[in-house]
Amino acid sequence: MPGNADLASETAPLLEVSDLWVEFRTRDGVANVLNGVSCSVDAGETLAVLGESGSGKSVTATTIMGILDSPPGFVTAGSIRYRGEELLTATPDRRRELRGENIAMIFQDALSALNPVYTIGFQIAEQLRTRRGMDRRSAQRRAVELLDMVGIPGAEQRVRDHPHQFSGGMRQRAMIAMSLALDPDVLIADEPTTALDVTVQAQIMDLLAEIQAERRMGLILITHDLGVVAEVADRIAVMYAGRIVENADVYSLFAKPCHPYTLSLLESIPRVDTKGTELTAIKGLPPNLTAIPPGCPFHPRCPIAVAQCREIVPPLEPLPADRSSACLFAEELVSR
Amino acid sequence: MTDPQALGVAGPAAEVSHPTEGARRGGPDRPRSLASDAWHDLRRRPLFLVSMTLIVVLLVLAAFPGLFTSADPNAGLLARSRQPPSAQAWFGYDLLGRDVYARTVYGTRVSIIVGLLATTFTVLIGATMGILAGFYGGWVDGMLSRVADVFFGLPFVLGAIVVLSTFRESVGGAAGITTLVVLTMSALSWPVAMRIMRSAAIAARQQDYVRAARGLGASPFRVIWRHMLPNCLAPVLVYATIALGAFIGAEATLSFLGIGLRDPVVSWGVMISEARDYIRVSPYLLAFPAAFLAVTVLAFVMLGDAVREAFDPKGR
Amino acid sequence: MGRYVLRRMLQLVPVFIGATFLIYVLVWALPGDPFAAKCGDRPCPDAYITAMRERFNLDDSVFVQYGKYLLGLLQGDFGETFSGIQVSELIANAYPVTLKLALVALVIEAVIGLTAGVVTGLRPGGYLDNLVLVSTLFLIAIPVFVTGFVLQVTLGLRWGIIDPTVSAQADFSELIVPGFVLGSLSMAYVTRLARTSISENRRSDYVRTAVAKGLRPRRVVGVHLLRNSAIPVITFLGVDLGALMGGAIVTEGIFNIRGIGGLVYRSILTKEGATVTGVVVLLVIVYLLMNLLVDVLYAVLDPRIRYD
Repeated sequence: MPGNADLASETAPLLEVSDLWVEFRTRDGVANVLNGVSCSVDAGETLAVLGESGSGKSVTATTIMGILDSPPGFVTAGSIRYRGEELLTATPDRRRELRGENIAMIFQDALSALNPVYTIGFQIAEQLRTRRGMDRRSAQRRAVELLDMVGIPGAEQRVRDHPHQFSGGMRQRAMIAMSLALDPDVLIADEPTTALDVTVQAQIMDLLAEIQAERRMGLILITHDLGVVAEVADRIAVMYAGRIVENADVYSLFAKPCHPYTLSLLESIPRVDTKGTELTAIKGLPPNLTAIPPGCPFHPRCPIAVAQCREIVPPLEPLPADRSSACLFAEELVSR
Repeated sequence: MTDPQALGVAGPAAEVSHPTEGARRGGPDRPRSLASDAWHDLRRRPLFLVSMTLIVVLLVLAAFPGLFTSADPNAGLLARSRQPPSAQAWFGYDLLGRDVYARTVYGTRVSIIVGLLATTFTVLIGATMGILAGFYGGWVDGMLSRVADVFFGLPFVLGAIVVLSTFRESVGGAAGITTLVVLTMSALSWPVAMRIMRSAAIAARQQDYVRAARGLGASPFRVIWRHMLPNCLAPVLVYATIALGAFIGAEATLSFLGIGLRDPVVSWGVMISEARDYIRVSPYLLAFPAAFLAVTVLAFVMLGDAVREAFDPKGR
Repeated sequence: MGRYVLRRMLQLVPVFIGATFLIYVLVWALPGDPFAAKCGDRPCPDAYITAMRERFNLDDSVFVQYGKYLLGLLQGDFGETFSGIQVSELIANAYPVTLKLALVALVIEAVIGLTAGVVTGLRPGGYLDNLVLVSTLFLIAIPVFVTGFVLQVTLGLRWGIIDPTVSAQADFSELIVPGFVLGSLSMAYVTRLARTSISENRRSDYVRTAVAKGLRPRRVVGVHLLRNSAIPVITFLGVDLGALMGGAIVTEGIFNIRGIGGLVYRSILTKEGATVTGVVVLLVIVYLLMNLLVDVLYAVLDPRIRYD
């Protein structure tokens, strides 16, 4: 319903996730993968979703896209709104329409994410041909343009190559080009640089930042890499055990983290100026999602946990300067 | 007919993905090996239960035919020739007046033994060659693979016909002809087992735990026996189970063509071959042994299917 | 690619020699009197035997015999039967029939197998899936001659839909049922192979990407999934052609088809060594060539495999 969306989009964020609950029903039990996740991203903004493996960040991404494997995954509560339009109750056809056209996604391993038997040009052009009705030649030309735009040299020739003929970094660029073919408003990047060398990582992140600025896209960056986040993000949502435990703008988060988990993460980064001292690691292991401990999910590993932390699940408390934290000690942490 | 040669290329055995080693959480905190995982899985599958029941029944039939019939499978009374099924003879009488039911029951033993022996030889030869080829690689692999290729090029049925027709006259007696058929079938089918084992071995050799063992100075024998073999067994096991069924069927086909087993040996294949010319007038002569044959082969193929699914780590 | 083909063809030579030598030895060099049945009930006259041995090089060592035979082969001479008929002529008459039969079988198994496999691969666990799985089990378990007989008796004799035996011309229409019988086992394998391939590839990353691009489900399956899943099936089909021709003997026997299956069977029983060797040599060549073709085809289908 375009009319409703237009009205709502004046004030609403571009993409808004509210209190999303997702569970995975397996033979070994029900895994509570997302437990009330809320976050949002505006046009021109980069939201980084930060967390360890198993924190639920990729599931959040696939649920937004509507490509969650179901079974075994099931959305049990919550809402996802794009320009005010509720996605979880939309028809499958409508969700499909939005994919690629409005919300696009790029994945971690470009080699497996791209079809090995078709050329890059084919895979970019097919969206233009089937969804924009372009003819073969124009679509191919546009594909070359896109490859050029993402910084692939010799795009004219490379458009006829297959994915395995590209190097890792170039392949990721090609995937980015493919995702931009239909000019989406929102791009979800699921660990786009994890599989790449450090130098290439930087290049890809620069590219993403550039594209996002040019097109005023909302970029949701899923990652576990704090370094990447510091460079590129506007806001950071820290996830743990399927919950957002802290949400803040990047400067505030790094200057003064307001959740013990974020604190521990930052402390565990090796620093150049502290040579010779021991590295600090967060003791313990992330929880088994089929048996999350009661209360705050982080309490078994938390350096400041008290008895109350075992009983209450701390809600995401809003704090001054447009940030929030899910800790009983949030107030104390923010005013220290 | 289940062609033993085709099994390696596309049969269910070829569909087994190479199992990765590793412990699994079984129960609160007990790691489980792939084998015990598979066993737990198997126990629950109807395919496995049905096929095992059938196989157990058949094995009892084979081991103790006397329990099921008191008639002598080779005693023929021409007066009873081709009498249809009745109360005294459930499956009727064949051309020479022998009790078809008794022959079918006694035939179980021969058919299963032939299948079992052929499978054993095929797997022993093929698996040994395969694991050696996979482990050593290089010219050993090249040579063994060429030899396998040579045998692969010979179509099973034709090769069997040539060998069997040449040697048939020279061997006498039940044991002789049975051995001949078993050895011929094995000789023509071992390349399949070899290929399966070889690709499993090549995959295993590249695993880190094998590299670690070699790096620690383990002898080739130890590496193969202790580290590679346990992880290469699954696809071969699946193949062996299905091949058992295939060989039983193959023996029947060869006997049907007149060059497999023959009198005084009683097997389903022999019975079918004898019934050939009388299908239109006495269809039961063919129907009963053919039914037993089909059920037996089916049971083994089902078992192989169940085993494969249980061993497939992706099916979790 | 050309170099690869050449290299592979050279590799074929030792295999070819090995296989044909093996057959030659089995047919000609084993104990047993090749002339036992040639002259009726009486033993053959000595003059005849000497002349025959001369003609067929039987006095040379087996290696020389084989060498001479190979030389003849390279010139297109498959030798002749004991009664002087050119083996190549016999083969030329019988081979096209078997080829037709094998092609019919291949088409039937490909069409039915792929369709069943794709449909059930996309929807595993359903009613249709179980039905197909059970039918493939039966097809694998029941020997070809049983299937053949059953179909011949029911379709041919009972219901009269087809002729119980195939005529000498053997048109394609007559070969449909025999082709089905011949291909029944492979059809089961094709179905299972396609089913496994599709259900495994369904979960792959590139399919997820295709869905994430918002492509229609029909396109995701038809363009992205199918092409990747078809590769193992097509390679199987390629190799199967040779196997079908080699295994046609039973089907040809049941339906009275005058192909090389029947030819070689009769020849074995009457100890016509030259014919047997000739037919097997031909089958070996076909098998090796099809293998090579399949390897090349694989490279065409899967761009990741390019042999340079």
